[in-house]
Amino acid sequence: MTDTVIRAENLSKRYFLGKRPRSILGEKKQKNEAFWALKDVSFEIKAGEVVGIIGRNGAGKSTMLKILSRITKPTGGYAEIRGRVGSLLEVGTGFHPELTGRENIFLNGAILGMHRWEINKKFDEIVAFAEIDQFLDTPVKRYSSGMYVRLAFAVAAHLDPEILIVDEVLAVGDAVFQKKCLGKMGEVAAKEGKTVLFVSHNIEAVSRLCTQAIFLQNGSLKLFDKVDTVINSYLQLKMGLSSEKIWQKDKAPGNEIVELIYVRAQDENGKVRELFNISEPVYISIVYKVKKSGYILSAVINFFNERDINVFDLHDVSQQWRKKEKEIGTYCSTVKIPENFLSEGLFLIGVAILTPNPFYVHIHEKDVIVSNVVDDLAENSARGDFIGHFPGVVRPLMKWKTELINSENIIN
Amino acid sequence: MKNLREFNIHHKRKNITIIQPQKGLIALDFQEIWAYRDLLYLLVWRDIKSRYRQMALGPLWIVLQPFLTIVIFTVIFGNFAKIPSDGSAYPVFAYTAFLPWQLFATATAKSSDSLVNNLPLISKVYFPRLVIPIAAVFVSLVDFLASFGILLMMMLFYRSYPTLAVLTLPLYLLLAVATSMGVGLWFASLSVKFRDVSIAVTYIIQLWFYATPVIYPSSMVPEVWRGLFLLNPMAQVVEGFRWALLGTGRSPDGITLASIVLVLILLVSGAFYFRQTEGSIVDSI
Repeated sequence: MTDTVIRAENLSKRYFLGKRPRSILGEKKQKNEAFWALKDVSFEIKAGEVVGIIGRNGAGKSTMLKILSRITKPTGGYAEIRGRVGSLLEVGTGFHPELTGRENIFLNGAILGMHRWEINKKFDEIVAFAEIDQFLDTPVKRYSSGMYVRLAFAVAAHLDPEILIVDEVLAVGDAVFQKKCLGKMGEVAAKEGKTVLFVSHNIEAVSRLCTQAIFLQNGSLKLFDKVDTVINSYLQLKMGLSSEKIWQKDKAPGNEIVELIYVRAQDENGKVRELFNISEPVYISIVYKVKKSGYILSAVINFFNERDINVFDLHDVSQQWRKKEKEIGTYCSTVKIPENFLSEGLFLIGVAILTPNPFYVHIHEKDVIVSNVVDDLAENSARGDFIGHFPGVVRPLMKWKTELINSENIIN
Repeated sequence: MKNLREFNIHHKRKNITIIQPQKGLIALDFQEIWAYRDLLYLLVWRDIKSRYRQMALGPLWIVLQPFLTIVIFTVIFGNFAKIPSDGSAYPVFAYTAFLPWQLFATATAKSSDSLVNNLPLISKVYFPRLVIPIAAVFVSLVDFLASFGILLMMMLFYRSYPTLAVLTLPLYLLLAVATSMGVGLWFASLSVKFRDVSIAVTYIIQLWFYATPVIYPSSMVPEVWRGLFLLNPMAQVVEGFRWALLGTGRSPDGITLASIVLVLILLVSGAFYFRQTEGSIVDSI
């Protein structure tokens, strides 16, 4: 069924900057500057879709969720929502520290709009998901922050709405539980056909979970499309970079010997892409023009991750050109980065052209293109069946061999 | 199968939420409040339960507080100041009035502060906001019922038995609740814009206390002022309580009716004003 469950037409929200409670004691009148947190945003979301909402801070993401979950009213426009909405804008809203875990489950459930019989029905499931059975009758003020978040998410996850609106709530809690929550949300959408609206700064999470995404910029809807397309556009804007860099003739970096033309990241079929699955190879091509013959020239690529760690460098050491001087002409050097080697995340790629001996750097350009690697949890990556936090700057898939070498029980 | 589909469609139609800018007067929507009755119940229960956790005497405080106040009143106003008590024993005279007063005072203060106190909740979850001040009033009502037990024991002790007029007691109770609700709704809505409201409320309640015949009988008020004095709905409640329980005080009359009308105006306007402010609560934090 392709029922429209959320339809928004020209939703707008205006705030007044510097609006404070008026004082009757004749305070100097403040200038009330209007500011549109959301401006003419229209979209339609169909049942069963998982839609990510991305954008910079202040782009209007939270405002939109607040309007859709009826916490605040729009200044203009109209929206129609079909079905029960469960919104989770903050984990543990309304938890009372003095009350026990058991009592808070009922309280929080009611706050989120559940009836008591519904909570009763799901009580055991909630407790099991939160893994807090021994502490059920302990006041939550004695809980560790991890337990607190687990309990709060567990209640919300069992809310059973037709439409689930989730803000950046998963920023809290440990990574393992974050992934568990993401898994649960994905499951809710896939198996039960529920609609999920999900705001996050975590591009990885959005790309893994969502089928579509809305890109908000300065309160306006910039793009609403398939998640890959939207993330590409977002990254381009965020970094000012994309997966392809083509220089204009007069601005190309270079010297009198060599000059760059373009650099790009592409897939096996030569298609430029910004989002790669962890289990497919990434090809980086550098196209450059040699203007003066007689030099040994080698292309270089630097890989940096989001934390600015130089993950690795690659030098063109192919036998064909290793010790051979290049003639005048245009060259294309392509390197294949194998599947199951890069870790998940964003990579910033820099390029250089150098002569190895005597060492001389002709061109060195940092942050030329970006590439984004995601794991769709298809279980053919180094993750296997593990969905928790996976550290490491690279994530190679290595061969393992395990065999039973002694079947006796050595403890006895 | 077809029936199920039809049911689904029908069911879904019922669940349509329309979101649009606030225009004109907003309906009170009692149906929605009823749908959230579990939340109302749990908010009341949360308040009561959490208040007495980690207290040695626990819920005993509900009855101990008014009881101690009455001891003080009796000593100061009954014994030292020798204020007349319309023929009843002073402790019973004062306590009968102090109970509904206490209900009004705490309910008003609590509901006035309720929106500001619950801002974290309001800014994160949607529910009919009216639930919040209503819950605040209910909490005070629970306290009232507990301390009402003390009054019954006191009346037994002083051998003061009510007449059939006691049947009107729930109506007076309702008037007290309606008054505090009306005042509370106005103050709660105002407190969103002006945070000094909660300070003002404390003083207003204090003044109101002296304008209400709790520690003195209304017969002490000069004749010229009595009409105006009795327009105060709490004066009506307090005197009504005495009339219903002790046979002293004042029986309901024309002024009672006028003051009920006043409360109704206050309550209805308060509720509509509250609904009007409701939509912008989160924006004016």
